[in-house]
Amino acid sequence: MKFVALFFLLGGFFFTTVAAIGVIRFPDFYTRLHASGKGDTLGVAMSIIGLAIYNGFNLISLKLMFIVVFIFLANPIGTHVLSRAAYRSGIKPWVRKGE
Amino acid sequence: MNKRFGTIVLDTSFRFIIPFIMVYSVYVLIHGEDSPGGGFQAGALFGIVFVLSRLVQGEDCALKISGTKAIMLAGVGTAIYGFVGVLTLIFGGNFLQYGALPLNMHEPERHAMGILGIEIGVTLCVMATIIAIFDALTRREEM
Repeated sequence: MKFVALFFLLGGFFFTTVAAIGVIRFPDFYTRLHASGKGDTLGVAMSIIGLAIYNGFNLISLKLMFIVVFIFLANPIGTHVLSRAAYRSGIKPWVRKGE
Repeated sequence: MNKRFGTIVLDTSFRFIIPFIMVYSVYVLIHGEDSPGGGFQAGALFGIVFVLSRLVQGEDCALKISGTKAIMLAGVGTAIYGFVGVLTLIFGGNFLQYGALPLNMHEPERHAMGILGIEIGVTLCVMATIIAIFDALTRREEM
């Protein structure tokens, strides 16, 4: 059981790290939002699932699973709202030079 | 902020999330003695419900408390707090000495009931204050 928890925790670590690198390296607002929205949602959710598996089957695990469900609901909504507000206020998407 | 944000994703998810926030707020309030949380946090959560409703649905939102009503509610919350304190005074204790409450319970349970009473007052007051601040920030200038 601990190895499954370790797998999930390492997966969460990997995805949050990739999301952080993406936020730093990508060129404009939309691509950065893409990185942080997807990577953070999956990374945080995997970390919490790993902690729930490590903790075993009890009430605290149930509460952690509720947190996972609400992160999966709320994080994409936040990304959606941010990107729509940015598009409305007139931020142009980035294109490669010379195209 | 005064007109709808207007995406179907946001409207639908708003309708899904709001009941959970309300129930969670009441849970934080009732469970305040033996887990993290209490009146202030529950009030912040409940205030966020109204702020979110205003942000998502615009001026004619479903859950609406105007600024003057919110200030009245804050007064009511403070009055509940004071009322519990004076109630203990009436039954012969000090101010907010919950052991003096005339409930047919053990001493710790009487303490818990008294603390729940003042926490309800704190919740109302914090919720109304958040709504009043948000209303003051987003009010249109009247010429």
